[in-house]
Amino acid sequence: MIIHHPLLGPRDASEFTYLGDAALIHRPDWEAEDALDQFIDYGYLRSNPAGLHRELWFHEGGDRSWLVVTRDTTTHEITKVELARDVARQEGRSK
Amino acid sequence: MSDRSNDMIPRTPLGGTEPRVDTHGPVTLTEVTNTAIASFASRLGQESTAQDVLAKFLGTPVPEAGRAVFGDALGAFWTGPDQWMVTAPHTSHEDLAAQLVPLANGSASITEQNDAWCRFDLLGDGLADVFERLCPFNIRACSGGEATRTSIDHLGCFVVVADPTHIMVMGPRSSAGSLHHALMTAIRSAH
Repeated sequence: MIIHHPLLGPRDASEFTYLGDAALIHRPDWEAEDALDQFIDYGYLRSNPAGLHRELWFHEGGDRSWLVVTRDTTTHEITKVELARDVARQEGRSK
Repeated sequence: MSDRSNDMIPRTPLGGTEPRVDTHGPVTLTEVTNTAIASFASRLGQESTAQDVLAKFLGTPVPEAGRAVFGDALGAFWTGPDQWMVTAPHTSHEDLAAQLVPLANGSASITEQNDAWCRFDLLGDGLADVFERLCPFNIRACSGGEATRTSIDHLGCFVVVADPTHIMVMGPRSSAGSLHHALMTAIRSAH
């Protein structure tokens, strides 16, 4: 499996480690009224789609950037790769 | 000081008093100790200021992703988004990090790396045959000026390509012996 790193081009999947659902970058606000419920959802509840899945990969054997990879769980086809920091910035976080 | 008998004796990463040189077939593997290193990481929101500071210091634009620049004394290679490693001869720039800190003036985090790394230079023909045994980085696609972090025998190393007959490997100094063994094994296997 080849992952097309947005900065470094095609890299073998063996250079990467997998974390899980890309929703993990949406860490809840610990000061919120319902922080406990939010963290239970954040920590334990995952959707398990058969099809397109956005997930976090870490370029451990490379430049150590976090990526948001869109992968089809039924075919392993990767249709989109973004830097996680760009995704977070688009959502107005990390300035 | 009159009595210098207690002066400490510097050792190379491989433990010798002189850098080690090995030659096998067309490849010469040299332990390089005369390198001062500083990591340069831009701080959040000050990326463009930090980049300008580094470019001015180097006298060249900062290297793009996956690239390195080589000057007369100063060099740099990209290590991640808005991060670089700066290199210079240790004899003239032992205080490389200390020189950069006031210039950056808070726009970047700069850390001295002089004793954290060992460096091995491979010189000669047929280096692609060596590196295809060592790491998943496509050396055959390199013409010079590439730099990447990759894994060599489970060690996180930087591979910097000066030109296809001169490739530098920087790895953790504490694993210098293991890295040297990996490099020699691949050289003997390829040639």
